[in-house]
Amino acid sequence: MLGLSTPSGFVRFAKAVSPWLWVASALLIGGGLYFALLVSPADYQQGQTVRIMYIHVPSAWLGMMGYSVMALSSAAALIWKNPLADLVAKASAPVGACFTFLCLATGSLWGKPMWGTWWAWDARLTSMLILLFLYFGYIALQNAFDDPGRGARAAAILALAGFVNVPVIKFSVDWWKTLHQPASLMKMSGPALHPSMLTPLLLMVAGFTCFYVAVLMVRVRSEILAAKIRALRLSEIHSVQAAGVADGVAG
Amino acid sequence: MDALTAFFDMGGYARFIWPAYGLVTLVALGLLVTSGRALRSRERELAQLQERNPGRRGRIYE
Repeated sequence: MLGLSTPSGFVRFAKAVSPWLWVASALLIGGGLYFALLVSPADYQQGQTVRIMYIHVPSAWLGMMGYSVMALSSAAALIWKNPLADLVAKASAPVGACFTFLCLATGSLWGKPMWGTWWAWDARLTSMLILLFLYFGYIALQNAFDDPGRGARAAAILALAGFVNVPVIKFSVDWWKTLHQPASLMKMSGPALHPSMLTPLLLMVAGFTCFYVAVLMVRVRSEILAAKIRALRLSEIHSVQAAGVADGVAG
Repeated sequence: MDALTAFFDMGGYARFIWPAYGLVTLVALGLLVTSGRALRSRERELAQLQERNPGRRGRIYE
Protein backbone atom coordinates (compact mmCIF):
# COMPACT_ATOMS: atom_id res chain seq x y z
CA MET A 1 0.00 0.00 0.00
CA LEU A 2 1.86 3.09 -1.31
CA GLY A 3 5.05 1.45 -0.06
CA LEU A 4 4.03 2.77 3.34
CA SER A 5 5.31 -0.24 5.24
CA THR A 6 8.93 0.58 4.44
CA PRO A 7 10.76 3.41 6.23
CA SER A 8 11.67 5.28 3.03
CA GLY A 9 8.13 5.00 1.68
CA PHE A 10 6.76 6.26 4.96
CA VAL A 11 9.09 9.27 5.00
CA ARG A 12 8.05 10.22 1.45
CA PHE A 13 4.38 9.91 2.37
CA ALA A 14 4.77 11.80 5.65
CA LYS A 15 6.61 14.69 3.97
CA ALA A 16 3.83 15.01 1.39
CA VAL A 17 0.92 14.77 3.83
CA SER A 18 2.25 16.59 6.94
CA PRO A 19 1.85 20.20 5.71
CA TRP A 20 -1.82 19.55 4.94
CA LEU A 21 -2.35 17.96 8.33
CA TRP A 22 -0.85 20.97 10.13
CA VAL A 23 -3.06 23.35 8.15
CA ALA A 24 -6.17 21.21 8.72
CA SER A 25 -5.36 20.91 12.41
CA ALA A 26 -4.90 24.68 12.83
CA LEU A 27 -8.11 25.51 10.93
CA LEU A 28 -10.21 22.88 12.72
CA ILE A 29 -8.94 23.78 16.19
CA GLY A 30 -9.23 27.51 15.43
CA GLY A 31 -12.83 27.08 14.28
CA GLY A 32 -13.50 24.71 17.16
CA LEU A 33 -12.22 27.24 19.71
CA TYR A 34 -14.36 29.96 18.17
CA PHE A 35 -17.49 27.85 18.56
CA ALA A 36 -16.43 26.35 21.91
CA LEU A 37 -15.64 29.63 23.66
CA LEU A 38 -17.78 32.22 21.90
CA VAL A 39 -20.73 30.72 20.04
CA SER A 40 -21.88 27.67 22.00
CA PRO A 41 -24.22 28.28 24.93
CA ALA A 42 -23.64 27.53 28.59
CA ASP A 43 -25.16 24.25 29.76
CA TYR A 44 -28.36 24.49 31.79
CA GLN A 45 -26.87 22.28 34.51
CA GLN A 46 -23.11 22.77 34.20
CA GLY A 47 -23.10 26.46 33.30
CA GLN A 48 -19.90 27.66 31.62
CA THR A 49 -17.88 24.65 32.81
CA VAL A 50 -19.33 22.67 29.89
CA ARG A 51 -16.68 24.42 27.79
CA ILE A 52 -14.05 22.17 29.38
CA MET A 53 -15.74 19.27 27.55
CA TYR A 54 -14.51 20.62 24.20
CA ILE A 55 -10.90 19.88 25.19
CA HIS A 56 -11.56 17.04 27.63
CA VAL A 57 -13.34 14.70 25.19
CA PRO A 58 -10.82 15.13 22.32
CA SER A 59 -7.99 14.48 24.83
CA ALA A 60 -9.69 11.29 25.99
CA TRP A 61 -10.21 10.26 22.37
CA LEU A 62 -6.52 10.75 21.57
CA GLY A 63 -5.44 8.98 24.75
CA MET A 64 -7.35 5.91 23.59
CA MET A 65 -6.44 6.29 19.93
CA GLY A 66 -2.76 6.70 20.80
CA TYR A 67 -2.92 3.44 22.74
CA SER A 68 -4.81 1.64 19.97
CA VAL A 69 -2.22 2.73 17.39
CA MET A 70 0.51 1.57 19.78
CA ALA A 71 -1.12 -1.83 20.39
CA LEU A 72 -1.95 -2.52 16.73
CA SER A 73 1.55 -1.50 15.62
CA SER A 74 3.00 -3.69 18.35
CA ALA A 75 0.96 -6.61 17.01
CA ALA A 76 2.23 -5.91 13.49
CA ALA A 77 5.78 -5.74 14.82
CA LEU A 78 5.45 -9.04 16.69
CA ILE A 79 3.66 -10.94 13.91
CA TRP A 80 5.22 -9.63 10.69
CA LYS A 81 8.47 -8.26 12.13
CA ASN A 82 7.85 -5.06 10.24
CA PRO A 83 10.72 -2.67 11.10
CA LEU A 84 8.46 0.38 10.83
CA ALA A 85 5.71 -0.94 13.12
CA ASP A 86 7.94 -0.89 16.22
CA LEU A 87 8.89 2.69 15.49
CA VAL A 88 5.25 3.75 15.06
CA ALA A 89 4.35 2.16 18.40
CA LYS A 90 7.31 3.82 20.09
CA ALA A 91 6.44 7.20 18.57
CA SER A 92 2.79 7.00 19.59
CA ALA A 93 3.38 6.25 23.28
CA PRO A 94 4.49 9.67 24.60
CA VAL A 95 1.85 11.50 22.55
CA GLY A 96 -0.94 9.25 23.81
CA ALA A 97 0.38 9.54 27.37
CA CYS A 98 0.32 13.34 27.17
CA PHE A 99 -3.29 13.40 26.02
CA THR A 100 -4.34 10.83 28.63
CA PHE A 101 -2.79 13.11 31.24
CA LEU A 102 -4.64 16.10 29.74
CA CYS A 103 -7.89 14.15 29.83
CA LEU A 104 -7.42 13.42 33.54
CA ALA A 105 -6.30 16.97 34.36
CA THR A 106 -9.12 18.74 32.48
CA GLY A 107 -11.61 16.25 33.91
CA SER A 108 -10.33 17.06 37.36
CA LEU A 109 -10.69 20.81 36.73
CA TRP A 110 -14.28 20.14 35.70
CA GLY A 111 -14.97 17.72 38.54
CA LYS A 112 -14.06 20.14 41.32
CA PRO A 113 -16.84 22.68 40.62
CA MET A 114 -19.38 20.12 39.29
CA TRP A 115 -18.90 17.01 41.42
CA GLY A 116 -17.33 18.84 44.32
CA THR A 117 -14.14 16.78 44.12
CA TRP A 118 -10.92 16.74 42.08
CA TRP A 119 -10.92 12.98 41.93
CA ALA A 120 -13.20 9.99 42.56
CA TRP A 121 -12.51 6.29 42.20
CA ASP A 122 -15.17 6.07 39.53
CA ALA A 123 -14.85 3.29 36.93
CA ARG A 124 -14.19 5.64 34.00
CA LEU A 125 -11.64 7.73 35.90
CA THR A 126 -9.87 4.68 37.29
CA SER A 127 -9.64 2.88 33.94
CA MET A 128 -8.28 6.10 32.38
CA LEU A 129 -5.65 6.31 35.13
CA ILE A 130 -4.71 2.68 34.40
CA LEU A 131 -4.27 3.69 30.75
CA LEU A 132 -1.78 6.36 31.82
CA PHE A 133 0.13 3.79 33.91
CA LEU A 134 0.15 1.37 30.96
CA TYR A 135 1.75 4.11 28.86
CA PHE A 136 4.36 4.69 31.58
CA GLY A 137 5.03 0.94 31.83
CA TYR A 138 5.40 0.68 28.07
CA ILE A 139 7.88 3.56 27.89
CA ALA A 140 9.86 2.32 30.90
CA LEU A 141 10.03 -1.27 29.62
CA GLN A 142 11.22 -0.11 26.22
CA ASN A 143 14.17 1.67 27.79
CA ALA A 144 14.94 -1.07 30.31
CA PHE A 145 17.09 -3.17 27.96
CA ASP A 146 20.50 -2.40 26.47
CA ASP A 147 19.38 -4.02 23.23
CA PRO A 148 16.60 -1.82 21.75
CA GLY A 149 15.19 -4.83 19.88
CA ARG A 150 14.56 -6.74 23.12
CA GLY A 151 13.09 -3.67 24.79
CA ALA A 152 10.73 -3.15 21.86
CA ARG A 153 9.61 -6.78 22.00
CA ALA A 154 8.90 -6.77 25.74
CA ALA A 155 7.09 -3.44 25.48
CA ALA A 156 5.04 -4.68 22.51
CA ILE A 157 3.77 -7.61 24.58
CA LEU A 158 2.79 -5.23 27.40
CA ALA A 159 1.01 -2.96 24.90
CA LEU A 160 -1.00 -5.90 23.58
CA ALA A 161 -1.91 -7.23 27.02
CA GLY A 162 -2.97 -3.76 28.13
CA PHE A 163 -5.14 -3.27 25.06
CA VAL A 164 -7.97 -5.00 26.94
CA ASN A 165 -8.24 -1.79 28.97
CA VAL A 166 -9.39 0.27 25.96
CA PRO A 167 -12.84 -1.32 25.59
CA VAL A 168 -13.09 -1.34 29.39
CA ILE A 169 -12.70 2.46 29.32
CA LYS A 170 -15.26 2.79 26.55
CA PHE A 171 -17.91 0.68 28.26
CA SER A 172 -17.02 1.52 31.87
CA VAL A 173 -19.83 4.08 32.01
CA ASP A 174 -22.37 1.42 31.01
CA TRP A 175 -21.02 -1.46 33.10
CA TRP A 176 -20.56 0.46 36.34
CA LYS A 177 -23.00 3.29 36.78
CA THR A 178 -20.94 5.26 39.25
CA LEU A 179 -20.22 8.95 38.70
CA HIS A 180 -19.04 9.70 35.17
CA GLN A 181 -21.85 10.48 32.71
CA PRO A 182 -22.51 7.92 29.94
CA ALA A 183 -21.57 8.42 26.29
CA SER A 184 -23.38 11.19 24.49
CA LEU A 185 -21.46 11.14 21.22
CA MET A 186 -20.85 7.53 20.16
CA LYS A 187 -24.31 6.11 20.68
CA MET A 188 -26.35 3.70 18.59
CA SER A 189 -29.20 6.22 18.53
CA GLY A 190 -26.93 9.04 17.35
CA PRO A 191 -25.33 11.85 19.33
CA ALA A 192 -27.40 13.15 22.23
CA LEU A 193 -25.97 16.65 21.95
CA HIS A 194 -27.54 19.81 20.61
CA PRO A 195 -25.90 20.97 17.33
CA SER A 196 -24.67 24.12 19.10
CA MET A 197 -22.47 21.90 21.30
CA LEU A 198 -21.92 19.10 18.79
CA THR A 199 -20.30 21.47 16.26
CA PRO A 200 -17.42 22.67 18.46
CA LEU A 201 -16.91 19.18 19.86
CA LEU A 202 -16.63 17.52 16.44
CA LEU A 203 -14.37 20.30 15.14
CA MET A 204 -12.07 19.89 18.14
CA VAL A 205 -12.02 16.08 17.87
CA ALA A 206 -11.13 16.35 14.16
CA GLY A 207 -8.52 19.06 14.81
CA PHE A 208 -6.92 17.13 17.69
CA THR A 209 -6.81 13.99 15.52
CA CYS A 210 -5.01 15.82 12.69
CA PHE A 211 -2.58 17.21 15.27
CA TYR A 212 -1.93 13.73 16.67
CA VAL A 213 -1.28 12.22 13.23
CA ALA A 214 1.01 15.11 12.25
CA VAL A 215 3.03 14.87 15.49
CA LEU A 216 3.14 11.09 15.12
CA MET A 217 4.64 11.46 11.62
CA VAL A 218 7.35 13.81 12.92
CA ARG A 219 8.16 11.37 15.71
CA VAL A 220 8.21 8.31 13.42
CA ARG A 221 10.60 10.11 11.04
CA SER A 222 12.71 10.94 14.08
CA GLU A 223 12.72 7.28 15.19
CA ILE A 224 13.72 6.17 11.67
CA LEU A 225 16.69 8.57 11.81
CA ALA A 226 17.62 7.32 15.28
CA ALA A 227 17.67 3.73 13.98
CA LYS A 228 19.84 4.76 11.05
CA ILE A 229 22.22 6.59 13.36
CA ARG A 230 22.44 3.50 15.57
CA ALA A 231 23.18 1.29 12.55
CA LEU A 232 25.87 3.65 11.29
CA ARG A 233 27.54 3.91 14.70
CA LEU A 234 27.57 0.11 14.99
CA SER A 235 29.16 -0.24 11.56
CA GLU A 236 31.74 2.39 12.55
CA ILE A 237 32.66 0.35 15.62
CA HIS A 238 32.86 -2.84 13.55
CA SER A 239 35.15 -1.24 10.98
CA VAL A 240 37.39 0.16 13.71
CA GLN A 241 37.60 -3.30 15.32
CA ALA A 242 38.27 -4.92 11.95
CA ALA A 243 41.05 -2.41 11.30
CA GLY A 244 42.44 -3.13 14.77
CA VAL A 245 42.49 -6.88 14.07
CA ALA A 246 44.15 -6.28 10.73
CA ASP A 247 46.81 -4.13 12.40
CA GLY A 248 47.36 -6.84 15.01
CA VAL A 249 47.88 -9.48 12.31
CA ALA A 250 50.20 -7.23 10.37
CA GLY A 251 52.20 -6.30 13.48
CA MET B 1 -19.55 44.23 33.72
CA ASP B 2 -18.62 44.65 30.08
CA ALA B 3 -18.66 41.81 27.58
CA LEU B 4 -14.93 41.14 27.72
CA THR B 5 -14.83 40.91 31.52
CA ALA B 6 -17.85 38.64 31.43
CA PHE B 7 -16.12 36.43 28.88
CA PHE B 8 -12.98 36.05 30.97
CA ASP B 9 -15.02 35.55 34.13
CA MET B 10 -16.78 32.53 32.56
CA GLY B 11 -19.74 32.76 34.91
CA GLY B 12 -17.45 32.57 37.93
CA TYR B 13 -15.71 29.41 36.71
CA ALA B 14 -12.67 31.19 35.24
CA ARG B 15 -10.28 29.50 37.68
CA PHE B 16 -11.29 26.08 36.36
CA ILE B 17 -11.87 26.75 32.67
CA TRP B 18 -8.81 28.83 31.80
CA PRO B 19 -6.26 26.56 33.53
CA ALA B 20 -7.80 23.63 31.59
CA TYR B 21 -7.37 25.42 28.26
CA GLY B 22 -3.94 26.72 29.28
CA LEU B 23 -2.70 23.26 30.25
CA VAL B 24 -3.84 21.69 26.97
CA THR B 25 -2.16 24.49 24.99
CA LEU B 26 1.04 24.15 26.98
CA VAL B 27 1.31 20.36 26.66
CA ALA B 28 0.36 20.36 22.95
CA LEU B 29 2.95 23.05 22.17
CA GLY B 30 5.51 21.19 24.27
CA LEU B 31 4.91 18.02 22.24
CA LEU B 32 5.21 19.99 19.03
CA VAL B 33 8.47 21.72 19.98
CA THR B 34 10.23 18.69 21.50
CA SER B 35 9.23 16.39 18.61
CA GLY B 36 10.40 18.93 16.02
CA ARG B 37 13.68 19.58 17.83
CA ALA B 38 14.47 15.88 18.15
CA LEU B 39 13.89 15.42 14.41
CA ARG B 40 16.18 18.35 13.51
CA SER B 41 19.00 17.25 15.82
CA ARG B 42 18.88 13.68 14.48
CA GLU B 43 18.91 14.96 10.91
CA ARG B 44 22.09 16.90 11.73
CA GLU B 45 23.68 13.94 13.52
CA LEU B 46 22.95 11.57 10.64
CA ALA B 47 24.33 14.04 8.10
CA GLN B 48 27.59 14.30 10.09
CA LEU B 49 27.87 10.50 10.37
CA GLN B 50 27.27 10.04 6.65
CA GLU B 51 29.90 12.64 5.87
CA ARG B 52 32.38 10.71 8.01
CA ASN B 53 31.41 7.36 6.43
CA PRO B 54 30.93 7.99 2.73
CA GLY B 55 29.10 5.16 1.01
CA ARG B 56 27.26 4.06 4.15
CA ARG B 57 23.68 5.24 4.49
CA GLY B 58 22.70 3.49 7.70
CA ARG B 59 20.29 0.75 6.75
CA ILE B 60 17.86 -0.17 9.47
CA TYR B 61 17.22 -3.74 8.31
CA GLU B 62 19.75 -5.59 10.38
